[in-house]
Amino acid sequence: MFHVKLFFHYFMQYLKIRMAYRSDFLVQLATDLLFQAVNLVFILVVFSHTTELSGWTREEVIFIYGYFLVPFSFFSAFFNLWDFNERYIIKGELDRVLTRPAHSLYQVILETMTPESLTGAVTGFMVMGWAVKEMEVDFSWYDPFLFILFVAGGAAIYAGIYILLTSISLYSDSKTDIQPIMYNVGNYGRYPINVYNRVIQLVLTWVIPFAFVGFYPASFLLDKERWMTFALLTPLVGAVWLMLGVAVWNRGIRNYRGAGN
Amino acid sequence: MLNTYLELIRIRFLMMLAYRVNYYSGMIIYSLNIGVYYFLWMAIYGENSTVNGTTAVQMATYVAVAWMSRAFYFNNLDREIAEEIRDGTVAVQLIRPYHYLLVKCFQGLGEGLFRLLLFSVPGLVIVSLVFPIHLPTDAGRWLGFVISLIFAFVINSQINVLTGLMAFFILNNTGLIRAKRVLVDLLSGLIIPIHFFPEWAGRVLSYLPFQGISYVPSTILSRGLPMEELFRYLGIQLLWGILLWIPIQLLWMTARRRLIVQGG
Repeated sequence: MFHVKLFFHYFMQYLKIRMAYRSDFLVQLATDLLFQAVNLVFILVVFSHTTELSGWTREEVIFIYGYFLVPFSFFSAFFNLWDFNERYIIKGELDRVLTRPAHSLYQVILETMTPESLTGAVTGFMVMGWAVKEMEVDFSWYDPFLFILFVAGGAAIYAGIYILLTSISLYSDSKTDIQPIMYNVGNYGRYPINVYNRVIQLVLTWVIPFAFVGFYPASFLLDKERWMTFALLTPLVGAVWLMLGVAVWNRGIRNYRGAGN
Repeated sequence: MLNTYLELIRIRFLMMLAYRVNYYSGMIIYSLNIGVYYFLWMAIYGENSTVNGTTAVQMATYVAVAWMSRAFYFNNLDREIAEEIRDGTVAVQLIRPYHYLLVKCFQGLGEGLFRLLLFSVPGLVIVSLVFPIHLPTDAGRWLGFVISLIFAFVINSQINVLTGLMAFFILNNTGLIRAKRVLVDLLSGLIIPIHFFPEWAGRVLSYLPFQGISYVPSTILSRGLPMEELFRYLGIQLLWGILLWIPIQLLWMTARRRLIVQGG
């Protein structure tokens, strides 16, 4: 309850900040939309030259991309940990966070969240809606429930990986550039995985499981036969990564000494 | 005077050398991007050896060359200029005895040369070992490529300067900068070669400066063009390089007159 109330307070505070700079807010929304549109344009242009991409039709690839946008929007809304090193370690903000009675990671997330990124999920639903309209997909009564589970799992995978990478800053205060690298690896999860060669497929499934964010669950929702085991593993993989990330974070916090004096 | 600017290139080059970690991560990011687009395009080709008049090998070469060229022409002049305008340091820059925008461009060139020598060249060699790409051997085409790559740098820097200078008029232009980057990657032909776009879009793009940033140099090296085509493309780049100075000058003149340093 305490944490829920805290979230609410931070959220109101955030809204005030955002409302003070309304034009920024609109520009942000517009650039997000533009970014998503560019990826769609790529898919559309590609399919004007071919009818299938490693066995996937245009509508299927678009559905997968639309689905991907949903867990991804949760990730970009709540895990803006990009300048954690700069802001919390080098400038010492983490010391302030640690003196307060809520979990440190939770506070950092609340302080850096950008809830407006959730509009990406709306775009995702519109894209999926269009793709479904163009295809004939049989959805079962349990699909909406699976959808929620899958999205939670996908977002948890992203969250776990980024929390883990951010935690590195707690052990060493030198700057690493692993986060932007990982961000680019994440882009691989937007497309059907059998496009890539076998090594990359294995990496995306077992090492850095971005294939579980978009591809496996989305293709399962389209056709129950395909990739069923993998899709159903999504929530589990998400839980494992999230727990791993949080565990490394907690250990890092105990280890943390502060950068200054 | 020229010595001053050459010195700027040298200093930026050395500065980049000092922050090598950024350089390694950049290398990995570029390889990842080449990888994803390589596999996607090869999946599009599937069994076909030619799509839209371009062979699979040419396409793979295009992807590799386009990204390696981006390492050279890419810079953050827009962000740097916008930041200096916002925090007011631009005022100090303005009273110094040099042309502020030229200084910025030469710093960008130093950065670009660093990435060209330590990243693009070895990168292209490695990529040509891993992926089945084909680079031409005749000197003429390489010369054409080098010239068009220099133009690509000029045009891209000009667009960056334009975007950065907008900070004089819109106080927070980070959104604009981000949007510009995404648009340039799409419209310059980096993600999709321009002749793959639908015809109407291709025609629109042929009237825009962006083609000179990625499409022209990458096409010259990957597909090879007849001589007159090549000269026509270089001419288009040259034309845009000159044309884009006009809005920059106009913006720069008005901007200096209405400069208000926030909190100054």
